[in-house]
Amino acid sequence: MLSISDLHAKVDEKSILKGLSIDVKPGEVHAIMGPNGAGKSTLGNVLAGRDGYEVTGGKVEFHGEPLLELDAEERARKGLFLAFQYPVEIPGVSNMEFLKASVDAVREANGQELYSSVDFIKLAREKCKAVNLPADFLKRGVNEGFSGGEKKRNELLQMMLLEPSLCILDETDSGLDIDALQVVADGVNALRSPDRSFIVVTHYQRLLDYIVPDYVHVLADGKIVKSGGKELALELEKDGYRGIAGEKA
Amino acid sequence: MSDVMNIEKAMSVQLETDRPEWLSKWQQAGLEQFQQTPWPTRKTENWKYTPLKSLTGIDWTLAEDSVKPETAGVVFEDWDAVRLDIVNGQLSNSPELPEGVSLLRLSECDASDAEAFTQSLDQQRNAFLFDAVNQALLRDGYWLKVEAGAQVEKAIHLNYIGTGKEVVASSQVLLDIADSASLTVVETFSTDKDAQLLNNANTAIRLGDNAELTHYHLLLEEGDIHHIGRVSAELQRHARLKSFHMGVGGVVKRKDVHVRHRGEGAELSLNGVYLPKGREIIDYHTCIEHEVPHCTSEEIFRGIIDGSAKAVFNGRIHIHKDAQKSLAEMNNRNLLMSDSAEIDTKPELEIYADDVKCAHGATIARLDDTQLFYFQARGVSRAEAEVMLSFGFINELLDALADEPVQNLLRPLLATIFAQKKADLARHLL
Repeated sequence: MLSISDLHAKVDEKSILKGLSIDVKPGEVHAIMGPNGAGKSTLGNVLAGRDGYEVTGGKVEFHGEPLLELDAEERARKGLFLAFQYPVEIPGVSNMEFLKASVDAVREANGQELYSSVDFIKLAREKCKAVNLPADFLKRGVNEGFSGGEKKRNELLQMMLLEPSLCILDETDSGLDIDALQVVADGVNALRSPDRSFIVVTHYQRLLDYIVPDYVHVLADGKIVKSGGKELALELEKDGYRGIAGEKA
Repeated sequence: MSDVMNIEKAMSVQLETDRPEWLSKWQQAGLEQFQQTPWPTRKTENWKYTPLKSLTGIDWTLAEDSVKPETAGVVFEDWDAVRLDIVNGQLSNSPELPEGVSLLRLSECDASDAEAFTQSLDQQRNAFLFDAVNQALLRDGYWLKVEAGAQVEKAIHLNYIGTGKEVVASSQVLLDIADSASLTVVETFSTDKDAQLLNNANTAIRLGDNAELTHYHLLLEEGDIHHIGRVSAELQRHARLKSFHMGVGGVVKRKDVHVRHRGEGAELSLNGVYLPKGREIIDYHTCIEHEVPHCTSEEIFRGIIDGSAKAVFNGRIHIHKDAQKSLAEMNNRNLLMSDSAEIDTKPELEIYADDVKCAHGATIARLDDTQLFYFQARGVSRAEAEVMLSFGFINELLDALADEPVQNLLRPLLATIFAQKKADLARHLL
C-alpha cells in the first residue's frame, strides 16, 4: 500500500524529517506517536503534497507507484486522504458544493460514474447522520463557524464519501472532548476494511484506546526510533517520550 | 481632435427637441456647468486613477426617441416584480404600478412639480462633472413616489437597456419613499451586444422618517460601454437603506455613491462587488455623511481583479461635529488574480465628533494557499479550486441579500465570469 524509505524533508530550510521509513500494508492501522516538534504533522503534509514541504531524499511508493512526483490533487484521486489537524474554513462555498466537487473529481479520475445531484444529496445526508452532523451543515460554508468537534466530523464525512484506500489522521484527537472523540473513532472503525489502511498521527495514547492500532511507531527528531505492537503506546504513556528516545540514543 | 469629451452633437439634438421652457433652461444650466468644469486629468484628485481618455475623440450623440433595442435587458423569471423598461434613459412601457406607488415624468410635470423635482435633484447633485452631463442631456426623468405608510410587497425592477453607437444615455430616477413606507427596487443595466454607449445613470433616493428601501444597483453591461453616474441618498429619522452594488464588464465604470444621514437613528447597509477583467476599469467612490447623532452605517466592498484590469475604491466616512454616538464600519477586501492586475484603494475617515465608534480597513491579497490546498487535498484541481474560491469570496455578500431572485440572477453570472471560457470549472457552482 504505502512504502516510505529513508524520507528526508525540510520546511523553510530547516530539516524536519531525517530518514523516516515505514511500510503500511492493506488493512493495517499504524499509529505514529511522538513529542511536539518530532515531525508528525510534516509527515502528513509531505505525503499529501502540500507546497512548502521540500523532499530532499528518500522515496515513497503508493500502490507500487512513486508518490512524490504527483500533485496534491492527483494523490487524493489515487486514494490518499489527509484528515487535517486544523480543517480550513471556506466562507461563501457551501459544504455541499465542496463535497460534490471533491467526490466528482475523485470518481471521474477513477472512471467511476458520477452521482446525480439528487442522489448525491441523499447520500451526503445519510453520511451526515452517520457522523452525527445535522443535515443543514451541508448548506453552510465549508467548516464556517463549526466547532472543533464538528470540523473533525466534517473531515470524517469527507472520508466516508471519498472512500480512500489510505487515510492519514493528523492529530485528529486535538481539541476533542471524550464524546466527540468517541464519535470520530466509531466512524473510523466503521471504515476499517481489509483494503483500507490508516496512519494515525497523535501525541496522546488516548485516541488509541478507541482506534486500536496494529503497529505503533515512535517518531523523534525526524525518524522512527522504535516500533512495536499496540502495547508500545501504553509503555509510552507510562515512561514518556524521553524514556523511549533516550533508550534509543 | 479635442482632448475633452465632445457633446456638441448631442446637445444640438437636445436643443432641437420641443420641450417646456423651464426644462430647456435647466438643461442649458447643465451644459454651462459642463463647459465651466475642467475636464478631469490624472492631476484631478477625484479621477486620479481612472483615465477618461477613452471618452474623448468620439462625436457623442443622442439616440432617437423610440429606438427598439434587440435585447430585452434583464428578465427575472419566477419573480412577480413590476418591470419598467428604460431604453437609453427613456421609459418604454407602462405597467400597472402597485398600490401606493406613482410615477411622474419630468417632461410632463407642471411648473410646481417641476420645481420640486429639479430642486430635490439639485440638492443631491454637486460639482460632479457627469451630473452636469446628465442635466444637459437628459431626455426625461422619473419620480417614483411611494405614499406614506405604504408597504409595497412587489419589487420594482428598473430594467435599463442601452442601444446604439456613440450614444450618451442619460437617465435620472428619483426614488421618493415617504414616511413609514417600504419598497424594494432593483436597477439592472445591460445593453445590446454591439452597443457603443456612455450610460450616464443617476439615481436619487429620499427616505422619509422610518421609511425603508432595499436597493440593488447592478452594472452588468459588457463590451464597448462606459458607465459613469451617481447614486445619492438622504435618510430621515430611523430610515433604513440597504443598498447593494455590482460592477462587471465595460471599458470604464465609475459610480459615486453618496449617502447622507439627516435624521437621527437612520441606518445604512452599503455593500458592493466589482469584478474587472481584461483591461476593464471599475471605480467605486463612496461617501457616507453622518450629519446627526445616533446613526449607523455598515459598508463592505469586495473586488476581484483579473488580467490587466484595474479597480479603484475610495470609501469616505465623514462624521460631522454634532453626530455623536455614530456607529460606522467600512471594510474593503481585494483579490488580485494576476501580476498585472491593479487596485487603488483608499479608505478615508474624517471624524469631528468625539463620542463615536468607527472602524475601517482595506486589504489586498491573493487567493489563500491554505484554502487552495484544502481543495487539492480532496482531489479538486487547482484551476477549479481558484474558481470556487473566487466565487465564494463574492458569494459571501450575495448570501446576505434579502431577495432570492437577485441571488439567482447573480450567482450563475459570477460563476461564468470566474470560469471564463472553461464552463466545466463552474459546474459545481451552477
